[in-house]
Amino acid sequence: MRFMGMNKQDWILFIGFSVVTLLGPIIFSPIGAGYPDLLQKFAIYGIFALGFNILFGLTGYLSFGHAAFLGVGSYTAVWTFKLLSMNPIPAIIFATIIGGLFSAAIGFISLRRTGIYFSILTLAFAQMSYNLAYSVLTPITNGETGLQLTQDDPRALDVALGRDYGAVLPSSDLFGIDMTGYPGFYFCGVMLIICFFISLRIFRSPFGMMLRAVKSNQNRMNYTGLNTRPYALTAFIISGMYAGLAGGLLAVTDPLAGAERMQWTASGEVVLMTILGGAGTLLGPVIGAGVIKYFENIFSAFNDNILEQAFSFLPETLQHIMVQVSSLFVGEGWHLTLGALFMLIVIFLPGGLMEGMRRIRNLFVSKPPGGTGSGGSADTPVQNPA
Amino acid sequence: MSILNIVDLNKSFGGLRALSNVNLSIDKASVHAIIGPNGAGKSTLLNCFVGRLEPDTGSVTFDGKSLLGIKPHEINQLGVSRVFQTPEIFGDLTVLDNVMIPGFARRDGAFRINAWNPVRRKGPIAEKAMAMLKDVDLDDKADQIAGQLSRGDKRRLELAMCVVQDPKLLLLDEPTAGMSRADTNKTIELMQTIAKRGVTMVVIEHDMHVVFSLAHKISVLAQGTVIAEDLPEKIKGDPRVQEAYLGGAHL
Repeated sequence: MRFMGMNKQDWILFIGFSVVTLLGPIIFSPIGAGYPDLLQKFAIYGIFALGFNILFGLTGYLSFGHAAFLGVGSYTAVWTFKLLSMNPIPAIIFATIIGGLFSAAIGFISLRRTGIYFSILTLAFAQMSYNLAYSVLTPITNGETGLQLTQDDPRALDVALGRDYGAVLPSSDLFGIDMTGYPGFYFCGVMLIICFFISLRIFRSPFGMMLRAVKSNQNRMNYTGLNTRPYALTAFIISGMYAGLAGGLLAVTDPLAGAERMQWTASGEVVLMTILGGAGTLLGPVIGAGVIKYFENIFSAFNDNILEQAFSFLPETLQHIMVQVSSLFVGEGWHLTLGALFMLIVIFLPGGLMEGMRRIRNLFVSKPPGGTGSGGSADTPVQNPA
Repeated sequence: MSILNIVDLNKSFGGLRALSNVNLSIDKASVHAIIGPNGAGKSTLLNCFVGRLEPDTGSVTFDGKSLLGIKPHEINQLGVSRVFQTPEIFGDLTVLDNVMIPGFARRDGAFRINAWNPVRRKGPIAEKAMAMLKDVDLDDKADQIAGQLSRGDKRRLELAMCVVQDPKLLLLDEPTAGMSRADTNKTIELMQTIAKRGVTMVVIEHDMHVVFSLAHKISVLAQGTVIAEDLPEKIKGDPRVQEAYLGGAHL
């Protein structure tokens, strides 16, 4: 049974994903994550990681510079707000396009090398962009202060349509709906669903198969009559467009763009998200992004007072020691927790959280006899990693 | 009618002369075996056909077009497929995917973004791939990950990946090396069927059983030069060949 070329399992996966996203405020409220600020971060970084996964998960090219495209997307979106309109739609369209163009240029050069040299090249380009944004490009990026909206921005399209924001600093709005709070989250959530759908189509398509082949054996690809570089470059550009869109959405929910968004730590974060969730799987990167943003939020909010309360059952000296030790892992030091978590995942679950889920499922579901993997009906897709 | 012409091919690695003035002409729809002792330059010669190595001087012409200075994927798109000495397959993908990818390469060319419609188990490419897998007895392993196959299965898979493209010229570098006698015989049968379809084949092989059951013509390479080229039965009795290749022992 097929509809729009997609089989039943994929539709269930897609509809399930959409439902969880749209019901996010209800589903995530028991764990204290049901508020729009955090949920839209889940969605935005989910998009970032989904795109990164198309490059890293499928072709195996590990980019350490994708934050550059995120930053470019943010700057583009803020400039679109300033020059054209406070409507988020032109902003994200331009952010996606400019993210794509920027990644085409960087990808074209970086993809001349593979492996560690490719990674270093992308890292170098991203750091270059970061430093340029701080120094030479100050007229465009407003340097250290970051690019902000002002009351006397031209906003040509808004003016032409007779929209006047008066004396207050405008915030982005979609035809009158203010992009803060829940509407802001739902805007990002719908984008995440669209991006997930595109990613799903790519994963199941012949193009996706070619990208896996790039990861598997480029030599054989060449001798099979396939030109590997345009395939890798296309994947690079698609992931750059996803990153640009994510950057644009960051600006939509908070119209301000700073260079720190381009720093290498931000590039590293998306690598962590993808690997933590499971590189090369469809859902993994989104889950990884959610887990990291969730922990960032929880652990960085802890302070010594909360810790003292948590260990108040202990004798005073012991309490003091415990607070001292655990305070290293929370607040500003929450990255230490993240690092520990990441190490545990890489050592014990190289396939990420998705592999963990698969292992748990295998404990409960006995394999069919003979088990040659899928072995389903003739209509199942050839590879089906959810 | 020859399909592949090699004229005065020379290739040196530093001071070592790997190929010196090699001349070869491969007839259309024939099986041409290249034999010779280790280090005779057989693999080097093959590498010069597929764009892996650039010869110092000389020419390689396939179907009227020069194969020198163009990329491996362009050479393949002209109709030249190659089986390697150690199987080059897509180890992370399923066996069926491995055979479908060459199918897509033949249909869509070197690069095409076909990212919207899913890969299907029905349709000409998948069906042709399944039929090909049946020919090499791998149809029951279609859903397995190719990297987990046995070495013999991997070699047959690679052969299937090349044959499914309907190449005009198939280059095989020791296709039966390391195979059991039974597997070797199966592979010989398979190659005979492929040959009957009119595919031109160039085979590098050490196993004389394979060479004499397949080849229409044999070239003997020693120290980078062709020292003899003839019909199999004549090569058997050629004293120069026995001297170079078999160290003077009688066959």
